[in-house]
Amino acid sequence: MAGYVSAHRQGSATLPRRRLTEPALVRWTLIGIALAFLALFLAVPLVMVFSEAFAKGVDAYWAALEDPDALSAIRLTLFVAAIAVPSNLIFGISAGWAIAKFRFPGRNLLITLIDLPFAVSPVISGLVFVLLFGRRGWFGPWLFDHDIKIVFAVPGIVLATIFVSFPFIAREIIPVMEASGTEEEEAARVLGASGLQTFFRVTLPNIKWGLLYGVILCNARAMGEFGAVSVVSGHVRGRTNTMPLHVEILYNEYNFQAAFAVASVLALLALVTLVAKAVIERRLARSLAAHDETAAPESA
Amino acid sequence: MGIEVRHVSKTFGQFRSLDDVSFSVASGELVALLGPSGSGKTTLLRIIAGLEQADAGTVLLEDSDATHVNARDRGVGFVFQHYALFRHLTVFENVAFGLRVRPRGRRPTEAVIQEKVHKLLALVQLDYLGKRYPRQLSGGQRQRVALARALAVEPNVLLLDEPFGALDAKVRQELRRWLRRLHEDIRLTSVFVTHDQEEALELADRVVIMNQGRIEQQGSPEEVFERPATAFVMNFLGSVNIFHGRVEDGRAFLGPLAVDSPEHAGQPPQPATGYARPHELDLGRADTGGGLWARITDLNTTGAVVKVELTDDEGRLIQVQLGRDAYTELLPTAGERLYVTLKRVRVFLKDEKP
Amino acid sequence: MSKSNRVLPGFRITMAFTLLYLGLIVIVPLTTLPVESITMGWTAFHRTLTDPRVVASYKLSLGASFVAAIVNGVFGVLVAWVLVRYPFPGRRVIDALIDLPFALPTAVAGITLTTLYAPNGWLGAPLARHGLKVSFTPLGVTVALIFIGLPFVVRTLQPVIEELDLQVEEAATSLGANRWHITTRIILPYLYPAWITGFALSFARAVGEYGSVVFISGNMPMRTEIAPLLIITKLLQYDYAGATTIAFGLLVISFVLLLAINGLQHWTGRRLAH
Repeated sequence: MAGYVSAHRQGSATLPRRRLTEPALVRWTLIGIALAFLALFLAVPLVMVFSEAFAKGVDAYWAALEDPDALSAIRLTLFVAAIAVPSNLIFGISAGWAIAKFRFPGRNLLITLIDLPFAVSPVISGLVFVLLFGRRGWFGPWLFDHDIKIVFAVPGIVLATIFVSFPFIAREIIPVMEASGTEEEEAARVLGASGLQTFFRVTLPNIKWGLLYGVILCNARAMGEFGAVSVVSGHVRGRTNTMPLHVEILYNEYNFQAAFAVASVLALLALVTLVAKAVIERRLARSLAAHDETAAPESA
Repeated sequence: MGIEVRHVSKTFGQFRSLDDVSFSVASGELVALLGPSGSGKTTLLRIIAGLEQADAGTVLLEDSDATHVNARDRGVGFVFQHYALFRHLTVFENVAFGLRVRPRGRRPTEAVIQEKVHKLLALVQLDYLGKRYPRQLSGGQRQRVALARALAVEPNVLLLDEPFGALDAKVRQELRRWLRRLHEDIRLTSVFVTHDQEEALELADRVVIMNQGRIEQQGSPEEVFERPATAFVMNFLGSVNIFHGRVEDGRAFLGPLAVDSPEHAGQPPQPATGYARPHELDLGRADTGGGLWARITDLNTTGAVVKVELTDDEGRLIQVQLGRDAYTELLPTAGERLYVTLKRVRVFLKDEKP
Repeated sequence: MSKSNRVLPGFRITMAFTLLYLGLIVIVPLTTLPVESITMGWTAFHRTLTDPRVVASYKLSLGASFVAAIVNGVFGVLVAWVLVRYPFPGRRVIDALIDLPFALPTAVAGITLTTLYAPNGWLGAPLARHGLKVSFTPLGVTVALIFIGLPFVVRTLQPVIEELDLQVEEAATSLGANRWHITTRIILPYLYPAWITGFALSFARAVGEYGSVVFISGNMPMRTEIAPLLIITKLLQYDYAGATTIAFGLLVISFVLLLAINGLQHWTGRRLAH
C-alpha cells in the first residue's frame, strides 16, 4: 500500500491518562516544535485558500462559483462521484465478503492487488486508459469505427476516477469484516436466515461504520482527483472539466481569485471529510471495542 | 434415534480432525462430547449442525439423512462457545431473530412472536432484560440469551459448544445445575462439547470421550469413570498415579508393587503400565506386602479429603487421597515414611498408550 | 485452522465479481504498460530512459521525494510522539488535521503552496528577502512533497507509540536508566520498523505525485520537471512510446517500493507480536 494509511486507531481520542515522563520544559518545547511544523505546512495553507478566495469580496466569490463553466464543473464532479463511489461500494462489499469470510489460496495476493492503485502515480492511472481507449490505443480503432468516445470524454474521466478511488472502501471493509468473525453469520444461518437476510440483518449492521468510513474517503478522492483525470479529460471547458481541472484552468489564466473560490469549495469538502472521518473513527473504535467485549471470556 | 453419526471423517489440510467416528444419541438424551483440545469434538458438533461438511460419512437427524441438508434447514439449535449474539440487536430481538427470518408463509404474527419470546426469556429467567443489548449483560446472562435464541426456532436437537467455557467457576456451577434442570423439563435431544471432565460427568446422561479424532469410549458417567476402556480415558478423567512395569502369568509387576491382573492371564509376558487414582491408594505404618515405602513430601489437610504427596526411594511421586476418617486414624506427619499399598489398580498393556 | 466456510453462502458470486471488477478496472489497464514497453523494443526503450531530460526528471522526482521523506521522518516522529503522549488544548483538532493532505485535492494544495511561496506570497516574500527562492525551484518541489507525505509517518507511528508499554519504560527506570537512555535505547529502536515503513510510504507517494507539484515546480526542463509531468508532456506531443516508457520505469520503482513496504509491515507485525 503506497498511497494512504488506514486509521483504525482506538486510543488517541481517550488517551491523555498516561503518566508523563518528560520534564515540562522538554514537553512544551517538543509540542512547540511539532505545532510550528504543522502550522507551517497545514494550517497556513488552509487559511490561505479561504483568504485568497474572498480577496475580492463576497460578491466576486459568488460570481466565480456561479460562472456557467464553474457550475458545469461542479455538476460533472458530482456526476462522476455518483458513479464511481457506488461502483466501488459494490466492489468493496463483494470483495470484503469473499476475502474476510472465507479462506482460499491466493488470498494475500488478492489483498495486495486491491491496493495496487495506491502504488500507481495518478498520471499513470490516466495514461493506462489512454493506452487502452485512445485513438492509437488497443481498442482505439474499434471505438473510432463505432463512433464511441471514451478517452478525452466523460467515460474516461469516470474510469480513471474509479481506478484511483478503487481500494478505499474494500480496504476499510475487509479488516472490519474480519474482526467481526463468522460466528454471528453462522448463528443466523442455523436460525434459518437466508444468505441475503444474513447479510442485511447481521453483517451490514456490524460493518456500517467501516463502510461509511470507506465511502467518505472514496468520495473525497473521487471528487478531488486531479492527475489521472487531467490526462484523460481533454480539458473541454464546460464539457469535460471537473472542479480540480477548472481550478487549474482558472489559475493558469491568472484568474487567481476565481481559482481559489472554486478551490475553497474543494477545501471545504476536505474539512467535512476530516470531521466525518474523526467522528466515524470514534464510532468504529467503539463498535470494535464492543465486539471485543462481547466476545471475550468474561464472568457474570 | 435423535442423532446418528456414521463413519464420519474430516481432515483440515494435513490435520486429521475426525477419523471414522460413529455414535448416536437417543431422543431426549443429554450427551457430552469430552476430550482435550484438538480431539475433534467441536468439529464433530459443527458437522452435526451442518456448519462444517464431513469428508466422508453420514449424519442422521431424527432418522432422516441430513448429510447434505443446509445448516438453516436442519432444525438444530446451536449455542456457540462465545455465544455469537447479534451485537446490534436487543436481547428480545436476538431471541426473535429465528422467527423473523422465516419465509413469509411460515412467519408467525407479531403477537405470536412477542408471546413466544417472552415465554422463552421467562424460561431462561431473563424476561426483565429484553431491552438490553448483549454488551450490557454478564457472561452468564449472555449464555442464557444464546440458549433462548437457539430454542426459539423449536429445534429437534440442541447443540452446545463449550457452553460454560467462558464463564468463571462459580457461575459455571450454577448454570450447570440450571441447565440440567432445564433439560429434565424440556427433554430435548442435546449434545454439548466440553474439555472439563467434571462438567461432563456431572451433567450428561452419557459421555463420549474423544482423542485425536477418534472415540475412545462412550457410556454412562459411572461406566467411563469406574471402568475406563483405555489408558487415555483413565488418565483424562482425573488425576492418576502411573506405575511402569510388566505383566507375566496373570500378575502385574509394577516396580516394587505386585498385583493380580487376571485379564492379561493368557497374554505373553510384556511391558505394561498400572494406573491408580489417588483415592485408590492406602497408607499404613507396617509392611503388609505388595506395596512400597515412601516419604511424605507434602500434606494438605484443608479440604474434604486430605491430599498426601509422597516420594519413594527412586524419586517417584505418588499422590494419595485419604478420607477424613482414615486421616484421623493414621494422623501422618510431613516427612514421615509410610507404606503405600494399592486398593485398586488398572493395568494396560504398553501399546495402549494414553 | 483453514476452512472454506460452506455455511455462509455467496463465495462464488462475490469472488467472481471481485476478480472480474479487479481485472477490468485495475489489472487489464495496468498490463498495457509492460506490454507496450516490450513491443517497442529494447533500443527505443533504452534510448528514452537514457535521454538526459528523462534522467534529470527521474533524479528530481527521486531526490526531492527522498529529502521530503527524510523531513517527514524527523518531524513525523516528533508529531506522533507529541500527539500520543502529551495532552494539550486542541490536540484532537490537530490530530484530525493531520489527514488534510489526504483529503485536500492535490490541485488545491498545488495552487495554494505556489501562491504561499511565490516571491510576493505570505511566506515567499520574507524568504525572498533572505535570498531564498522556493516557488519554481527544486526546493519548491520538495516543499510540496513534504506536504503530501506528511500524514504517512505520523499515522504509521501513532498506533505503535500507543502500543508502547509504559511498564517497559518503568522497568528501565527501575533498572537505573535515565530518560535519555530510555529514549535512545528503548523507544527509538522499538519505533524503528514502523518509522522505516512510514518513511517508505511517504517516499512512494511522493515519487508519483503530480497535482501538488506541477504548479510550484515551474516545469523547466532539466531543472524542475518531475517525471510524472514529463509523461504528460510526451503525451501532449503524441509521443505515446516515450510516455509509456517513462511511466513503466516509474511503475517499476513504485512496485519495488510496494513490495518493500509489504515486507516491512510484515516485519513490523512480527516484531510487535513479541
